[in-house]
Amino acid sequence: MSILESLELALKNIVSSKTRTLLTMLGIIIGVAAVIVIVGLGNGLEKYVSDSFSDLGTNTLTVTVMSRGSTRTLDVEEMYDIVEENSDYLDLCSPTVTMLGFPKVGSDTLDYTTMQGVSEDYFEIASLTVEKGRGLQYSDMASRSKVCVIGAYIDQAYFGGNAVGQTLRVYGSTFTIVGVLAQQDDELEEGGSDDCLYLPYTTASRISGEVSSYVVTMKDENQLDESVACLESALFQVFADDDYYTVSSMSEMLETMTSMINILVGVLAGIAAISLVVGGIGIMNIMLVSVTERTREIGIRKSLGAKERYIMQQFVIEAACTSALGGIVGILIGRGLSFAASELATRLMGETLTVSPTVAAVALAFGISVGIGILFGYLPAKKAAGLNPIDALHYD
Amino acid sequence: MKALIEFKDVCKYYYMGDTVVKAADGISFQIYKGEFVAIVGQSGSGKSTCMNIIGCLDVPTTGTYLLDGRDVGQMNKNELAEIRNELLGFIFQQYNLLPKLNLVENVEVPLMYAGVPKAERRERALLALDMVGLKEKYKHKPSELSGGQQQRVSIARALAGEPSVILADEPTGALDSRTGREVLAILQELHAAGHTVVLITHDNSIAVQAQRIIRLEDGRVIYDGPSDAPEAVVTPRAAGGIGGVPS
Repeated sequence: MSILESLELALKNIVSSKTRTLLTMLGIIIGVAAVIVIVGLGNGLEKYVSDSFSDLGTNTLTVTVMSRGSTRTLDVEEMYDIVEENSDYLDLCSPTVTMLGFPKVGSDTLDYTTMQGVSEDYFEIASLTVEKGRGLQYSDMASRSKVCVIGAYIDQAYFGGNAVGQTLRVYGSTFTIVGVLAQQDDELEEGGSDDCLYLPYTTASRISGEVSSYVVTMKDENQLDESVACLESALFQVFADDDYYTVSSMSEMLETMTSMINILVGVLAGIAAISLVVGGIGIMNIMLVSVTERTREIGIRKSLGAKERYIMQQFVIEAACTSALGGIVGILIGRGLSFAASELATRLMGETLTVSPTVAAVALAFGISVGIGILFGYLPAKKAAGLNPIDALHYD
Repeated sequence: MKALIEFKDVCKYYYMGDTVVKAADGISFQIYKGEFVAIVGQSGSGKSTCMNIIGCLDVPTTGTYLLDGRDVGQMNKNELAEIRNELLGFIFQQYNLLPKLNLVENVEVPLMYAGVPKAERRERALLALDMVGLKEKYKHKPSELSGGQQQRVSIARALAGEPSVILADEPTGALDSRTGREVLAILQELHAAGHTVVLITHDNSIAVQAQRIIRLEDGRVIYDGPSDAPEAVVTPRAAGGIGGVPS
């Protein structure tokens, strides 16, 4: 009796009790669908995060310097010197001064605008393009000019697209808008990437205090470790203590984020996988009932010459078939739900989040469901194969 | 001539707590190829035990059972399954057809376990169904047939594997007397065609249809001889009741 014949027999049995098979498969269906949707969601999230990060530039390092009272501070010139000395690895540098407070255009307060004091190189570092007017220049830094470059949102919302040459007020001082950046987001909205304002870091530090962080670009983003190491050793020479500065990289942060997402997805998928196990137990349960119900059939088959191996094979294959069928249905439902989730995410968040399970995840889910069928079909099959033919024949 | 079935002092004991039930207590007989033998006895006489041992569903506690020269008592479960498949054709009281399979598929079951290829299997099964006159209904399910017809299907199933011994366990037990006679007629035809038939029954009127009777009581053989001898159908208990004829 070949495997193929057992398969045929199993399918016949499955078809002959559709409702029961469907209910038996339910656990596996839910488990597989859940695993697929969760893994797909994780993939989508990871892609979304890495896309947003690569917009910020993965070749940048951020240096943060803690205030250390009077002695041993790092001034901007020293930082520029460090970057220049390590020009094998490091390229551009810009101090960044994050400013709290709200700019005002006329009598309107811009509550959600991000304000930063930066150098003339910042736009190149952050891959921002100046669309209208000019960017910030070295002379602006040197003279601490009250000029600024604004994002496309402010330009459109408050100046009707003619912001260059106009003025706005920051901390009570009047700043002249010298340039407008190209639009970054798909849509202009308050608080978005286009709701931003850049002014010379020298001007900003006079308002907000000392420069405490820097953005540095690497010559080659593959030399992350070397670049970080040379920056750190230079900073250590200045401070003689590594508690007063941190060097972090975008790619490092991306890695951290990605691994966090992966852990989260792993935990969720693990929880979903529990329902696979529960589904497997459901299959075992039904198969055990089925063995009892078919005791007489087993007795007849044995009396006609079925070896234990054949009976065993028949029941294991039947369990595996049920489970595999559940796996296939689960995969289809999982794909459907993934598609629906992508649509929903796009509609609700206005962002494109593609929930796409990998082929490997789908194959794994299917493999696991077949494996569970075999695993949990084994015990009932063993029971069936071990029945005494005389008792089985007289069972009612 | 070598016996096809040979029982040598076969004993089968069941242990129920402290008491030992001697279901077979030293049974010896030989059945030759082409014989039609009825094993008769009241319930508790050991005939079911005898039938289970002949059918290789069970093995003796002591003694030897040679089937076609092979010692069945020494075989493991798989070898017993093989022997059942190869040498024995079963006909049960309750027909024991598989309800989900149609007639021809039912007849094919022993052939499937024998590893006969699909096409040949179908051909042989249809041939066997033809022999019992049910070829036309081969696509029906057992539940669509009468009891007599179902028993004929089970005879076809027993024949399909071309066994050495056809073992019929109360084949008429679930049938009315007319269809019962039909089934017995088929068994007699099979005997006439050269098959070895062993019939197990409690009913003397059925047993006399055989050529030879082996009567059991309390796990022992009390008569072994031709079915037309007067003492063949007299149970000692009944005889004792009338008072006279010694066993």
